[in-house]
Amino acid sequence: MAEPAHNFEPVIGLEIHVQLRTRTKMFCGCALSFGDEPNTHTCPVCLGHPGTLPVVNAQAVRYGLMIGLALGCTPAERSLFHRKNYFYPDLPKGYQISQYDIPLCREGRLGDVRIHRVHLEEDAAKLTHAGTSGRIHGAEASVVDFNRGGTPLVEIVTEPDLRSAEEAAEWARLLRATLKRLGVSDVNMDEGSLRVDANVSVRPAGQAVLGTKTELKNMNSFTFLRRGVEAEIARQTGLIGAGERVQQETLHYDPQSGSLTSLRSKEESHDYRYFPEPDLVALAPAQELLDEIRAAIPELPAQRAERLKTEHDLPEETARLFAFRTELGDLYEQALGGGDPRIVANWVKNDLVPRLGDTDPDAWKVTPQALAALLALVADGSISQGAAKQVLDELVANGGEPAPIVEEQGLALAGEDELAGIVERAMEQEADAVEKIRAGNTKAIGAIVGAVMRETKGRADGGEVQRLVRERLEAQ
Amino acid sequence: MSAELLELTAARAAERVRAGELSARELFETYRERAAGENLGAFLWVATEAPETSADAPLGGVPLAVKDLFCVEGVPTTAASRILEGHRPAYTATSVARLAKAGAPMLGKTNMDEFAMGSSNESSGFGPVTNPWDRERVPGGSSGGSAAAVAAGLAPWAIGTDTGGSIRQPASLCGLVGLKPTYGAVSRYGMIAFASSLDQAGPLTRDVRDAALLFGHMVGRDPCDSTSLDFPGELGEPSAERLDGIRFGVPANLTGDGVEPGVQQVFESTLATIEELGGEVERVDLPNADHGLSAYYLLAPAEASANLARYDGVRFGTRSGNGDLLSMYEDTRGDGFGDEVKRRIMLGTYALSSGYYDALYGKAQRVRTKIAEDFRTAFDRVDVIVTPTSPSVAFRLGERTGDPYAMYLSDYFTVPMSLAGIPALSLPGGLSEGLPVGVQLAGPAFSEGRLLDAAHALERAIGFDGSPARG
Repeated sequence: MAEPAHNFEPVIGLEIHVQLRTRTKMFCGCALSFGDEPNTHTCPVCLGHPGTLPVVNAQAVRYGLMIGLALGCTPAERSLFHRKNYFYPDLPKGYQISQYDIPLCREGRLGDVRIHRVHLEEDAAKLTHAGTSGRIHGAEASVVDFNRGGTPLVEIVTEPDLRSAEEAAEWARLLRATLKRLGVSDVNMDEGSLRVDANVSVRPAGQAVLGTKTELKNMNSFTFLRRGVEAEIARQTGLIGAGERVQQETLHYDPQSGSLTSLRSKEESHDYRYFPEPDLVALAPAQELLDEIRAAIPELPAQRAERLKTEHDLPEETARLFAFRTELGDLYEQALGGGDPRIVANWVKNDLVPRLGDTDPDAWKVTPQALAALLALVADGSISQGAAKQVLDELVANGGEPAPIVEEQGLALAGEDELAGIVERAMEQEADAVEKIRAGNTKAIGAIVGAVMRETKGRADGGEVQRLVRERLEAQ
Repeated sequence: MSAELLELTAARAAERVRAGELSARELFETYRERAAGENLGAFLWVATEAPETSADAPLGGVPLAVKDLFCVEGVPTTAASRILEGHRPAYTATSVARLAKAGAPMLGKTNMDEFAMGSSNESSGFGPVTNPWDRERVPGGSSGGSAAAVAAGLAPWAIGTDTGGSIRQPASLCGLVGLKPTYGAVSRYGMIAFASSLDQAGPLTRDVRDAALLFGHMVGRDPCDSTSLDFPGELGEPSAERLDGIRFGVPANLTGDGVEPGVQQVFESTLATIEELGGEVERVDLPNADHGLSAYYLLAPAEASANLARYDGVRFGTRSGNGDLLSMYEDTRGDGFGDEVKRRIMLGTYALSSGYYDALYGKAQRVRTKIAEDFRTAFDRVDVIVTPTSPSVAFRLGERTGDPYAMYLSDYFTVPMSLAGIPALSLPGGLSEGLPVGVQLAGPAFSEGRLLDAAHALERAIGFDGSPARG
């Protein structure tokens, strides 16, 4: 992908839809679900049957406020629901209940990016089109699954503060980690519980006025987000470079081909005819509720990364790894005990992370206590680093405590008495090496140490072996 | 037995049943036969058998006519629209369920203007209803079927809905008591929405006592309706015989001009009766009430344009079209909706359109606020506001169908109270040209108890004979 021309500055803002992890839907009592038999979690309310009325899910409001407060926003004293009107088969009422001029929260910040607003709304149902077109137009038939319809959504809109595709993807990762830490959403981009759209424009460097923006949809991974935005920046830069103008439009990103296709232009954009939802009253959160929610917000990834950097003296990359992957950070901190943070962190990052791979943290068998005990055995010289890695294999695969594993597998470091005999035999076997050492080639000691290691299967401490070899040479 | 039974008000019939002097089953069956055999066009569906009701239920098993706007599980419910032909709801409206539980089982579903949009019942997709006082005339609307059914003795009592006058105006034209409650007093859950910020369910009855009895079992907060509220205070049985010390305000702009002389005459004689009963009558100003109709015909259609978007052929009701999405939308709605409904959807869509929103919908909302303020100011000085309910008596079928504006003027006196969300009732004040004339009493929010009490005193003094020839 071509880099944007150096004299153009990309300006990017993100709109993020977050499906909340409530028990029930936004305006009715149907359970949330994913992948269930279609149309098994529906009722007259979420099907938009005549005469039904919405009732706001209190837990969704709570989660929405928690997101707003965690992002440093100000909650509105009285926020309003509006109806956003358009016809589509996935929208049972013919309007989406959303928020418009007075959202739940506004004006916050996460990292270097200002948050414009945070508001609540309901998700649409899921359409499947039979036939080759893959779209509703030209489909042989289209079917609707209303299980998803009415799922509580929070929409987060940023200010246009991002300046590159990489920055946008990186910030989206921080937001995802933050939402995950709050426990308000599954934040699974594959399943659509986290959906990121990007508003992209470019302008000549140094110009204050923003260029014409386009909206990019359907980037369902951070990689696709980065690639989609990169492609759009290149496209816009190319257009302007060729003396053409960018048209305001909504674009669909195809991750397979990497292509961008127009969904609708400004002229075709809907007139949503927003007006206040008369079936609902204003949301006026009590101060006690806000206080309670604020108190329930845990340490967030951005703060944790900062703390691990400054207080634990961890490198930036490690601090971010632990901050963004909450369970990993928790495991590290719980295993730390009185240990040296950098040593424990290196074990977690270099040895544990590759062994854990993509395993679901809920399925992790290694406990922080076991890890702490293992590192203590290394620290007090009971086992070698190599042996410790064998123990770690076992802990990750089957769990348990390190001490019995060390015992069972005979991994404890050999004591001086046992070692003395082995060293003596090794020096006999490696007589050439002994001669070389005597002749002044100190490096030849490696062969003797190696022999000891082979004999002990790694249970010997290298330094101790060298000491014993020298002792014997001097004595002879 | 049957003729004598029909003379009983609902409250008296309930008393008789509760005293063991009358069988609820017999009562139901008597009315069921009448409803099934009627020729006014008042019913769209009649129950086939009497449901079991407990003999000591407060409403005594007295059967209830239910406007077809209320959803009832398994029972055809169409809002008198062809687009919902064959629709059988999966659930029952809160009001209907509450009344059934209190001992008022549903007798049948009554005809109405399509989606409650109309003032004559002529916009029904299933044919008009005729007025039992004169078969050439309309019963009013939109709750025309409920009003005609009660007036003709096809049902002891009925519930209707009122968005801009749809209970009060038919009550006036059929010689009944009709109450539009305070917005939020009665749950809207299960009431097919026309204009959500205005719609309210209420009783249509032969007398004030019946209205109070039925209303008392409809009120109360419903967890399924976020705009519903607990009714503050007690709702007793209305018993006042005098109006001593009660101040009645007459807004000059909601009487006189545009009112038929016969209606004005009944209205003035009602004012005289009020004074005879010890009430004080004075002039009151509602300076913005004249803009009520204009504001109403922007706000109600705006809300309706969204409320009726769900009739798209996807999930319920009828479906037309050639199989593609746009034709399904266009043909389903083109075939299914009647002219008046289409007119209002277009009006409302326009009023909400970008570029027109502030000038139309926004301005109408500001007028609504002003009208509510006018009422608040007026209620600092008076207890009750009194106006004619309708500028005219029942008009002839077809007389106004070609002129929507003339039809809309039917609601001139009732719309301001709807916009203000305050309770208002219509009670018969007398006859003009042999047809009933209603008088409207309105009070501050949740003053239904006082309004019903005042109406009770007036009703006694007026002595209206509410029975057209009941055959």
